[in-house]
Amino acid sequence: MRTITLHVNGAERPVAIDDEAMPLLYALRDTLALRGPRFGCGLGQCGACTVLIDSQAVRSCQMPVSDAQGKIVTLEGLGSPETPSPVQAAFIAAQAGQCGYCSNGMIMTVTALLGQVKHPTEEEVRAALAANLCRCGAHDRILKAAMQAAGAA
Amino acid sequence: MTHLRRRGFLQALAGLTVTFALPRPATAGLRSRAGDAVDGFLAIAPDGAVTVYAGKVDLGTGARIALPQIVADELGADIARVTLVEGDTALTPDQGSTGGSTGIPVGAMQIRRAAATARERLLALAATRLALPASDLEAVDGVVRPRSGGASVAFADLLADGQLALKVDPAVKLKPPNEFRYIGKPLRRPDVPAKMTGRHIYLQDFRLPDMLHARVIRPPAVGAELLSVDEATIAAIPGAKVVRIKSFLAVVAPGEWNAVRAARALVTKWSEPHRLPGSDAVYASVRAADVASSEVFRQVAETGPALAASARRFEASYHWPIQSHATMGPSCAVADVRDGAATVWTSSQGTHKNRAIFARFLGLPADRVRLVYMDGSGSYGTSGNDDAAADAALLSQALSRPVRVQWSRQDELAWDPKGPPQVLDVRAGLDAAGNVTAWETDVLVPANTAGLPGIPLLALDAAGIAQPQGSSSGQTAGNADPPYAFPAIKATVRWLRTTPLRTSNLRAPGKIGNVFAVECFTDELAAAAGADPLEFRLRALRAPRGIEALQRVATAMAWQKRPSPGVIDSKATILRGRGIAYCQYKQAENFVAMGAEVEAERTTGIVRVTRIVCAHDCGLMINPDNVRAQVEGCILQTLSRTLFEETLFDTSRVTSTDYASYPLLTFPDVPKLDIILLDRPTERPLGAGEAPAAPVAAAIANAIFDATGLRLRTAPFTPARVKAAFAATAT
Repeated sequence: MRTITLHVNGAERPVAIDDEAMPLLYALRDTLALRGPRFGCGLGQCGACTVLIDSQAVRSCQMPVSDAQGKIVTLEGLGSPETPSPVQAAFIAAQAGQCGYCSNGMIMTVTALLGQVKHPTEEEVRAALAANLCRCGAHDRILKAAMQAAGAA
Repeated sequence: MTHLRRRGFLQALAGLTVTFALPRPATAGLRSRAGDAVDGFLAIAPDGAVTVYAGKVDLGTGARIALPQIVADELGADIARVTLVEGDTALTPDQGSTGGSTGIPVGAMQIRRAAATARERLLALAATRLALPASDLEAVDGVVRPRSGGASVAFADLLADGQLALKVDPAVKLKPPNEFRYIGKPLRRPDVPAKMTGRHIYLQDFRLPDMLHARVIRPPAVGAELLSVDEATIAAIPGAKVVRIKSFLAVVAPGEWNAVRAARALVTKWSEPHRLPGSDAVYASVRAADVASSEVFRQVAETGPALAASARRFEASYHWPIQSHATMGPSCAVADVRDGAATVWTSSQGTHKNRAIFARFLGLPADRVRLVYMDGSGSYGTSGNDDAAADAALLSQALSRPVRVQWSRQDELAWDPKGPPQVLDVRAGLDAAGNVTAWETDVLVPANTAGLPGIPLLALDAAGIAQPQGSSSGQTAGNADPPYAFPAIKATVRWLRTTPLRTSNLRAPGKIGNVFAVECFTDELAAAAGADPLEFRLRALRAPRGIEALQRVATAMAWQKRPSPGVIDSKATILRGRGIAYCQYKQAENFVAMGAEVEAERTTGIVRVTRIVCAHDCGLMINPDNVRAQVEGCILQTLSRTLFEETLFDTSRVTSTDYASYPLLTFPDVPKLDIILLDRPTERPLGAGEAPAAPVAAAIANAIFDATGLRLRTAPFTPARVKAAFAATAT
């Protein structure tokens, strides 16, 4: 057992680990009680666990916690119901989720994209989200929300 | 039961829907949970807050705003003061499982009549209080006031003990559309801001003090018995422990990752049965299955002589594959079974139904068992949620501690109960003028076992706990008969005794495959008659709302009247076409017309759906934006099922257990959607979570035929299958 420090949502958070290979997702959810990143597949195939590390979208189910040395931002670090981020606000306005289980990955991925490409085309948004799955079929609204956020950025 | 006692109980539970910071709850019901009592559905607090108790649950559909819209309108309340409690067996009436798109037409209408009955009672009480005729009063924003103005009196001030303990009046007067203030408006769902910001508490986020994380070790083969477990293989993992009840095997640990690690590390030996036919033989196995019973469910005149007298006769067989619910978040549950009582937090669509089932296998009286619905990942029918709940309950009982079970992705795709395989044989005749003379359908689907309380649960079978055996997959014969006024029709369902994998209801059970067969075969007949597919349908369709739906789609698509297929350029790599399909859901509900535009690539077999146009009529729309979202979801999920999804298996096990082997629709595949919502405020409201799914596969297949001349009669339309179809016509 050793304790490492994660930089999460602007704060330094100690995390005790007894397995270096534990994915970051478990530290965020189980140790730090964050709810934004979600377990969907554990295989890096669905995107539900996405977080930002130094502004890059990262699958937290695939990254060993001991490698997560950058600045981590989760869904709750972007904004809140009272003060949502521009991407979150666009998703809320478009009601761009049904069960909402995939929403974290969608919002984090779009946020990362807009950090790199200020005004992406819809094709670029689709490509950025190509490895983010949604089962409810909210894709059309998610695309509209992303384009709305891109226009407002 | 007194009003005061109920109020006190509700105040005690005030934190429930907000924080879920529950103490171990009392299971005895302190308020009515009867499905015919107003106070079963509604409570009005002294401060005027209205609580609605719904047996039906949200599941991401927007019922959480639609039900308050209905109650606020019928009661005359301010919608901001209305909150909803869903699917808690200790608090809500049993309204049956949430499914079959019955939330609005059945569940919400019971609640609507309860709210209207309450309003009438409030008006009568106010009439006495104000010494005015009830007909001169109105209920608005939580008060009753004279229509002509003057002093008002708040609902709560009118209600003494037990004043809402009255029977719901089944004939109560409901408000007409011109008095709706909330119904019909696209109000925003209350849960969305929290879901988009990480504040919403899903079942997967729910934790109890002293709780253990569990992972169930499913067998490597269907029906395998556990031969041995080497517990020493997890000895080094902190806190990890094995729990075994016969072949029901799990590991638990205080930390979630250590439970995952232990599940991976534990060395086990199992028997290796070969109980499955293998997916290559799935349709042969359907045809070979014993028929438990045959049922003619639609008969118009005599088809035999009409077919015999036809100028031309046609027949074809259609196949719909086994598919998974493939919920985004694998199934999860938390259970606390101790001291002769059980509470289970679950995303089940049937908490009430499960209460009796869980009481039985836990050996507890039903009134000591409580199931509490919490939002999980969308389920689209009975996914693994009920199994996960049983896993957690058994483990918690064995350990006398709260236990959280989280399934893996692989277990979800392998072990969730599946949508069953369907085979349809269709036959029809045309007269010399190209009109249909007769139609016959035989549909082969697994039987629904009479009286089965729920599908057999994995944990109980593994643990050797007796439970009723059988299968249940929903109304899978629905829409296997044509919706057209053909002169002779016979539709027969052959209910099969066996089916390869455990089944359950999967969104629009059976209807997607059935409409696929019926509407594609209709297209085949139109092509044989040299008729335009739209015109061919309209010629035989009598339902005015159905005709309008088809015409609206045709207009939106700028439909060009001509037979299918179109002109096929033999040199072109990419072929384009359009198709149409129609159904009236269950031949009695929604009217849905669906148009598809597709591209098919000759060299690769890749089909791209570029546009879907849908006209949808579900009667009165409580919340048009919810309806639109459901229509979108039905279309895109069914597009995924049509192009990509089939559960594959060998003779022992499911082999499509991740998103590489069970691929779903991705963003580059998403077509342009044009959705036309037909507004029928004076018609009865229907659900929208299933009907729009039904004609999607047929519309796509018909568009592929239009583009290529290939008639695909087996889904999914994978590149390999389409490429093979191209190759077969080239030789």
